[in-house]
Amino acid sequence: MADLSVNFAGIKSPNPFWLASAPPTDKEYNVVRALKAGWGGVVWKTLGEDPPIVNVSSRYGAASYGGNRIMGFNNIELITDRPLDVNLREIKSVKRDFPDRAIIVSLMVPCEEDAWKKILPLVEDTGADGIELNFGCPHGMSERGMGAAVGQVPDYVEMVTRWCKQHSRMPTIVKLTPNVTDILAPARAAWRGGADAVSLINTIMSIMSIDLDAMAPTPVVGGMGTHGGYCGPGVKPIALRMVGEIARDRAMAGLPISGIGGISTWNDAAEYIALGSGTVQICTAAMHHGFRIIEDLTDGLSNWMDQKGYARIKDFQGKAIPNFVHWEDLNINFKTLAHIDQDLCVQCGLCHIACEDTAHQAIGATRVDGKRHYEVIEAECVGCNLCAHVCPVDNCITMNPAETGLAFSTWKEHPNNPLRVDNPPLSTKALV
Amino acid sequence: MSEGLGEQILGKHASVAEVAIKLGEMAAPLSRDEARVEADRCYFCYDAPCVEACPTGIDIPGFIGKIRTGNVRGSAVTILESNIFGGGCARVCPTEILCEEACVREAQEGKPVTIGSLQRYATDVLMATGEQPFTRAPLTGKRIAVVGAGPAGLACAHRLAMLGHDVVVFEARPKPGGLNEYGIAAYKVVDDFAQREVAFILGIGGITIEYETPLGPDLTLDHLRQAFDAVFLAIGLADPNALGVPGEDQAGVMDALGFIELLRQDPVQAAALARGNVIVIGGGNTAIDAATQVRLLGAETVTLAYRRGPEQMGATKVEQEWAQTHGVTIRHWLAPVAIEHSAVAFGRTRLDAGKLVVTDERVTLPADLVLKAVGQSFLPEPLTPASAPASFANRIGVDQTYQTSLPGVFAGGDCVSAGEDLTVQAVAHGRDAAIAINRYLST
Repeated sequence: MADLSVNFAGIKSPNPFWLASAPPTDKEYNVVRALKAGWGGVVWKTLGEDPPIVNVSSRYGAASYGGNRIMGFNNIELITDRPLDVNLREIKSVKRDFPDRAIIVSLMVPCEEDAWKKILPLVEDTGADGIELNFGCPHGMSERGMGAAVGQVPDYVEMVTRWCKQHSRMPTIVKLTPNVTDILAPARAAWRGGADAVSLINTIMSIMSIDLDAMAPTPVVGGMGTHGGYCGPGVKPIALRMVGEIARDRAMAGLPISGIGGISTWNDAAEYIALGSGTVQICTAAMHHGFRIIEDLTDGLSNWMDQKGYARIKDFQGKAIPNFVHWEDLNINFKTLAHIDQDLCVQCGLCHIACEDTAHQAIGATRVDGKRHYEVIEAECVGCNLCAHVCPVDNCITMNPAETGLAFSTWKEHPNNPLRVDNPPLSTKALV
Repeated sequence: MSEGLGEQILGKHASVAEVAIKLGEMAAPLSRDEARVEADRCYFCYDAPCVEACPTGIDIPGFIGKIRTGNVRGSAVTILESNIFGGGCARVCPTEILCEEACVREAQEGKPVTIGSLQRYATDVLMATGEQPFTRAPLTGKRIAVVGAGPAGLACAHRLAMLGHDVVVFEARPKPGGLNEYGIAAYKVVDDFAQREVAFILGIGGITIEYETPLGPDLTLDHLRQAFDAVFLAIGLADPNALGVPGEDQAGVMDALGFIELLRQDPVQAAALARGNVIVIGGGNTAIDAATQVRLLGAETVTLAYRRGPEQMGATKVEQEWAQTHGVTIRHWLAPVAIEHSAVAFGRTRLDAGKLVVTDERVTLPADLVLKAVGQSFLPEPLTPASAPASFANRIGVDQTYQTSLPGVFAGGDCVSAGEDLTVQAVAHGRDAAIAINRYLST
């Protein structure tokens, strides 16, 4: 039985699964249910200054795909709409009742030192294990100079992080917004400001859909809509890339990362951890199915680790980072070819039409004794994988590495590359 | 209880509604959500095997894809463009030996996309709006006579009307629909659907039906050929086969098709027959339909006796199981040798070098009602003695364009030799014959 416990920037948690700062962690009632179900920790829904903000009615939009509900999710809800002292009292009570769990408090107050100076001791008094700075909320709060409005300006990120480290003993996690061109800029700013960890991603600015009857963005609030924050399974690839960028950055090496974005299963979590995350945060999957999903998240991860021989989370954490390289570092001489298992093929023809219309005309369609027959034309196959992706039958189309007899080589050395390393710069040439 | 054959009293009469409830519906329609979920199972195959397996060649991945996107009207039009009886075929087609047998998910996991139920969903949605989605081409002034208002005749008439021709349909019976109205089990086509479907088809305009006007001395083929620019014969198989055994003519012995027809036209009277021990003789879908219905209506025992084994039965596996799970006992290798008072005597059969022989072993089963379902034959009489088209294999012979040996006389459906005796096959004949007639008239 694998050991799932983690120590994340000094915060101990019996497992790496935390509930992200969001509606499920808005009050004691929900949080207690989650912790009883087995969650390792929670990031309490963002606290702000009194008087509390006001939320609108109708707050969520969702995208279904292929008959599956909530492939993507978005919200236009703001931070907690309950008074500060109510939240603080409940946080204290929860931490007292669940001393072994990670209780992190998300914070968002105006970009003034006094505001932070005032709230930090109040949070510290609850006994919470750490704070998470909400620099990511992309709607409502950003228009008031908070949330993503701070997260999009690296100097502000650094400044506020520094204030928090200065006025509090609690580990400080900086939550990053993905609504930037280069995720490394705010990450490095947090790191410079002394952040103990970063968490990402917050939600992505989005319009979920247009209601074609109301002619308004969804969710429709009295005939109108606004942009919201996108999350759920659909954002996972975007979030993974951003986590990977930070994880492989040499300057920030070792900075703990709490991975967030579309994690629904233990398998998703394992991917985030393999790419360097020390904990993972989940919201949409819990909102879709309830807190009970924690049972399979921990059980599935544990079984997979046992099978792979990983005794602790640390044993595989970050293992994929060295293999996440820039395109120019890939072996340009590697070749892989599609192969169709004729015994498994159900003759749907999807591989053929995809390759014929949109790729390399490398899958022939013929009839053998009147029966449909699809076969890879290896001379035309570039190993693009498209056929394997469209094939509905598991393992029917496999990609098999082919022997090329060529040594490892990258674009950097390729003769077609005008900037190849053995090619002298133009200025030098001119001198010759 | 075993009274003499034909001695049942019509008894306490159930109401029409009670009979309908007893029979139920073989397959419930899909809800919108169920249809979306099922549509998502379709892989949208290229060169899809299901299309090839459909006699009318409906673009099945195309119409299912439109259900998926919520374009249900477009989906229905895609179906009806190929098969104007798309709603009826969705109910009566043996999909398990056609499109669904070919579905790649059948090969993959033994669970095909339920194409028939999706087709019913889409066509039901469109037909509920009352819209006729097709329009007529500019009128040609040509008039075509169609004989028979069954699936083949009406499919032909609809396509001819679309192409701008005027059509007069001559129908022997008082109602249109052919076997869809008179020969299909009530639980497959409920709620007067067959008549609503005919009304939908006639909605295109340009089609008149003359009821109770059979071919015969008063309406000869010669007359039709003179009065119309072309003729399409879709007269079906009018003659139920006899068993050819002693006792066949006594009361209490009837054709299964006659029973089904009675059930569709006078449910209360048919229900009153469903008592005591019933024996159905035959192995096709008509035998199954009759046996299952008579059992559902309250017959104490229903035995379906077939002279060969389960593999040779014309009824599909699904149909056989449907009957068995509804209380019908299927007994194989029994051929009737005599119908006695209150019983049927069978001889046990076996295959001898591929040939069926009736042995001396006798099995006698009690019977209050005997239903015969041993097929139908083509009845050429209406076409004689005037110059009739040449026949082939005891049916009307046609070429690839459905033209008979007589110029301008076309034929399709069960009365021609080509293909299987299925509604969907008849519709394909009618549609394609219309296109051929149109070509014939414009050259």
